Amino acid sequence: MDSQHLNPSSLKSRFTARFLRALIKINAQKPISSSSPREIFQRYRRIKVAADKSMAYSVRSRRTWSRATLWKLRSRSRRRLASSGRRSSIKTRTTTTTTTTTTSTNHRAAIVEKTSHEKENKEDHVGLAVQAEELRELVPGGESMDLCNLLDETAHYIKCLTTQVQVMKKIANLYSLE
Amino acid sequence: MSSRRSRSRQSGASRITDDQIIDLVSKLQQLIPELRGRRPDKVSASKVLQETCNYIRSLHREVDGLSDRLSQLLASTDTDSDQAAIIRSLLM
Repeated sequence: MDSQHLNPSSLKSRFTARFLRALIKINAQKPISSSSPREIFQRYRRIKVAADKSMAYSVRSRRTWSRATLWKLRSRSRRRLASSGRRSSIKTRTTTTTTTTTTSTNHRAAIVEKTSHEKENKEDHVGLAVQAEELRELVPGGESMDLCNLLDETAHYIKCLTTQVQVMKKIANLYSLE
Repeated sequence: MSSRRSRSRQSGASRITDDQIIDLVSKLQQLIPELRGRRPDKVSASKVLQETCNYIRSLHREVDGLSDRLSQLLASTDTDSDQAAIIRSLLM
């Protein structure tokens, strides 16, 4: 167990505090029959949204990807409030869209690899632009970024995702010790 | 190659230079466990982008899995603010 003393204003601390508060709130909403599969699934969804939301809030609007995430979350909750019935389930972009794009972009990527190899591995912007399409779908707000910003935002996004995973893992391990 | 570069320099102040892209790509490479140890000039930019996509997807899957695990754990425990305070002090 690493005994690092965390800076209270660090991203990790801010995320941890927010996420824990959200978990307490989610747990407080537990009904009597808290172990039905449906309940567990709903809780899973709430926890996942809380995790992404906590991270985006901890980054605030300093980054394009966090702004995009926050905007998406807010417009989603506004839609939900507006409509009386339950909308269709949250389509996670990762699981649904990437399965369909993977096959086509892998094919494209193979072609790009071949042509770039012919140019002795020197990438030009056209080749990277094709490759970046896949990345744009994975990084929130990626569609509207130029290549430079996309690469920069991606680096920050990955750092935040790894922090998120790290903290969630620690919390899960601590809970499973109870 | 040089003609392309000079062409891009001519067309406007905010042109993305090749060097900028190379810098950003190598910065990305260092974040990806798969590619971290390898020399930047040995790994093509398109490979870095490909591995970046794979890595992000695997991180998303991990978040999903952990959310799932947490939802099961929350079902079985009775968390109150004391427990959360303990956890917070352990994490910080």
